[in-house]
This record gives sequence, C-alpha cells and structure tokens, in this order.
Amino acid sequence: MTLKKSIEEKIFTITAEICPPKGTDTEAFLKKARLLKGKIAAGNVTDNQRAVMRLSSLACSALLLREGIDPVFQITCRDRNRLALQSDLLGAWILGVKNVLALTGDHVSFGDHREAKAVFDLDSVQLLQVISKLNSGENMKERPLRGGTAFFTGAVVAPEADPFEPEFIKFEKKVEAGARFFQTQAIYNMDKFRNFFEKTKKYNVKILGGILLLKSAKMAHFLNENVPGVNVPEGFVKELESAPDQLKKGIEIASRQLRELKTFCHGAHIMAIGQEEVVPDIIDMAR
Amino acid sequence: MITTKKKELKTILEYLEGKKNILLIGCGACAEQCMTGGNKELLEMAEILKKEGKNIVDSLLLEEACYSLLLKKELRQRKKEIENTDAVLILSCGVGVSCATEALPKVPSYPALDTLFLARVERHGHFTEGCSLCGECVLAFTGGICPITYCPKGILNGPCGGVVDGMCEADIETPCAWVAIYTRLKEIGRLEDLKRTAPPKDHSMKRKPGKVVVKRNDFKKIY
Ligand code: SF4
Ligand code: SF4
Repeated sequence: MTLKKSIEEKIFTITAEICPPKGTDTEAFLKKARLLKGKIAAGNVTDNQRAVMRLSSLACSALLLREGIDPVFQITCRDRNRLALQSDLLGAWILGVKNVLALTGDHVSFGDHREAKAVFDLDSVQLLQVISKLNSGENMKERPLRGGTAFFTGAVVAPEADPFEPEFIKFEKKVEAGARFFQTQAIYNMDKFRNFFEKTKKYNVKILGGILLLKSAKMAHFLNENVPGVNVPEGFVKELESAPDQLKKGIEIASRQLRELKTFCHGAHIMAIGQEEVVPDIIDMAR
Repeated sequence: MITTKKKELKTILEYLEGKKNILLIGCGACAEQCMTGGNKELLEMAEILKKEGKNIVDSLLLEEACYSLLLKKELRQRKKEIENTDAVLILSCGVGVSCATEALPKVPSYPALDTLFLARVERHGHFTEGCSLCGECVLAFTGGICPITYCPKGILNGPCGGVVDGMCEADIETPCAWVAIYTRLKEIGRLEDLKRTAPPKDHSMKRKPGKVVVKRNDFKKIY
C-alpha cells in the first residue's frame, strides 16, 4: 500500500526515516530498507541531513522504489536553487517517486562542509508552492510543462516550538501552499502534542507524529546539548540511565509513544538515526 | 558604513614581493572609522613597509576612497611623485581598490583589507551588519527587521524548524531573526504581515555588476 492510499483510507500510517550512505556502497542501506519493507507505509529518504554530505536523496528514493518500498523524497532548499529544485522534482517524478517532503534544510554550519555556500533561494513555503505548480502542469514561472507531476506533498512542523505562534502561522502557510501531510519534529511532551493536534483538526491535512529513538542516555544528553530545538525531558533521561540495556529502553519508550499516538493521531514518523534495524521492534512492541 | 578588517601582514608582503616603490592609499570615511585605513593606519603601514626595505612614493588619504573622480584628480596632481610606482596598496574597501585600478591602469593594485559588510555603527569601533544590499527591500513586511541579513538562511516566510527557545540554530547566542520579527509585528499590531506568504525573492534585482545612475531630476519623476 502506498503512503497516499494509507493516509486517505484513514489507516494509522507509519513512516520511518532511512539515511543514505556516505558513499556509493548501498549494501547496508538496502539491508535496513528490506527490514522495514511491509512494516511501514513509506520510507523517508533524508537529504544531506544536518548538512552532512551523503548519497543523493533522489537516487536513494529510486533505490527504495526498486525494493518495493514507497519512498518519501526529502528535498531541502539548502543545496539547490530554484532551477535545480524544479528539475530534481521532475526527475524524481519520472523515476516513479510519488511523495515529496519539502524542507528548508539545516544550516551548513552544522555539517561537514562548513565552508559551503548555503543556497536558500527558496524557503519551505515557497518550495511547496512550486511543487503545487508542477502538480498543475506548470513551472514556477507559470509556463506549461511538457508533462507535469502529481506529487503527494508533505511538510514538517515543530509542534513544541517556542514561541509557538509564528510556527503555527508558518504551518498555516504550508497548508495553503499545498502540504497534504505533515511529519512532525520529535515529540517530547505528549500533552503539548495533543494540543497541537487538536488545533490542526480544522485543516484538511494529516499529521504523523514524530518519534525519535533515544539510543542511550548519552545520546539524550548529546541531543539536549547540541541539537537545536531538541529538549529530551528529564524523565526519559532517567529511565534510560537506570536501564541495564539502554537501547532496549529507548525502543520501549518509542513504542510507548507510538501506542499512545495510535489512540488519537493519524500516524507516526519514526526517526531512528542510523539504527533503522530496530524500527520493526518499535512497531511490533506497540501492537 | 562599509566595514573592513586588516589582512595578515604576511599576505600583504606576499603581494608586494619584488616590488620596491609603493603608493599607499587610505580612506578617510569608512576605513578610518573602522581603524583600518585612516591616517594612523597609513603611517603604520608606511613604517612597516620601510622596514621591509620598500620605498613609499606617496601616501594619500582620500576623503572617500570610493570617489573615483576625486582619486583621479589627486593622482593627476602627483604625476611626478608617483611616476615610478611599482604597486599600489589600498587601505580601504574593495571599491577603493577598483577605483585605484582604474585610475592607474599600468600599475598593479592590491587590497590591504578584507571587506566585510554594510554596517550599523553601534558606538565607536563597534559595528553590526545592517543590510545585505539585496536590491529589493522587504522591511515593509518584516517590521523593519531584515531577514536577509539577520537570518543566516535569509528565508522569507517565518522561522525555520531550528529555533531553540527563540535563538537561532546556526548561532545559539543570536536571537532568531524571525522570532524577533514576529515579536515586533505583534507589538505593532501587524501580524497579518507575517501571515501573508512572501513570494520568492527576485534575485535579478541584485544584478552583478550593478549600475545606477541618479540624474538630477530622477526624484521628481518617481514621486
Ligand atoms: S531587505 Fe534587502 S535592502 Fe532591505 S535591509 Fe534587508 S538586505 Fe537591505
Ligand atoms: S533559527 Fe531563525 S534566524 Fe536562524 S536560520 Fe532559522 S529562521 Fe533563520
């Protein structure tokens, strides 16, 4: 079943992030992908995530298609100007990619090529508008295309952003620009997330709540100290610290969140950052 | 004001290697304020170069090193002194270098400074970036706070996902420009400016090389 079908048929929809390799050896990538096949509705292929250069998200999306996994092609505004964005989107479409997730992209200062020129010719809202244009058979200059696209378009939202109001205004702009589904940043406070979910109900979009696998207490500390927007609560950190097997505990925490999401949300988006092979465990444990 | 910083002496000496007679040009406007190309810095540079065995043919402090015509006039008056110049070292922003290059087409010109940004002068010797010269000012919709300059991504439709407690993902010590814009728009009762989707920036407005000729009557025509 495709992502679109799963969402439209109101099935609780699970997606998971799969990170491309730092080179052309795709064996491990494919191995992880195969483990997820049948367990998730779609696999998100990250696009030079955290500004670290990896195999292209477009190429890896095509690889997932070959494996029979519906890919979500993540595309950021950091590395491409408006010509490259449009031509890569057209390219993805002819290769058979049906879902696209439009992001602004992390700043280059995070990554492994800090001297790079950050492009940001468009922002995420404008990119969504461009995708809508391509879907209507025109380029962003409103010139007819010889064959357009029909992408199922998604975007990202930060449900626990502080201040929240500007984030929500941006969410509304993304909806207006054509986003049909949202994969949220990691949830740390389920009550806050529920409030956010309630607020989105009047819009005709589907929300997949973000679950970040905490692999260890060390990772939780690292995230809190180094990653913008991340605030792992004390409770989770303590649980991890006192567990004999921290990864197992992390899986348990994630599956608890997943189980809770199943009671009210449209779906979940699991981010296992390099530990994709445990995603099936998280899903099975939440049954 | 245009901010500049001094290049490493090593770099400058590399530029001037094998060149004996040096003409120095400074700028009495921005570079003087930045303490990188005023009278004091010209004297300092002359001293250093003399110690390195160079001969300073002349040292010119222009009112503004970017005033091309003025530079040409000054140089015409010193034709004799600068006759044997092997290299010109300019202590100003890059514009000064380009003026000198044009004024002395047969002599190589070298920058002594790195040109940084168009600045707000906070107080003496303290400068912050103020405008990125984008060619199409959007401040009317952003509460007077420039997202092109203050947001490291220069995005136009509100904060990215990287805001941390109101601070910027690219530099945790700096407030997020878009949170600042939001706060300001809210304060002045103009949140609708944030709700409107800003179109993609027209980068053709920032043509390179740019050219503007302001004729005396232009203002009358526009308004
Ligand atoms: S919007 Fe453009 S012109 Fe206006 S202050 Fe910012 S960079 Fe300068
Ligand atoms: S955190 Fe704010 S200022 Fe920093 S890149 Fe994102 S939107 Fe721009």
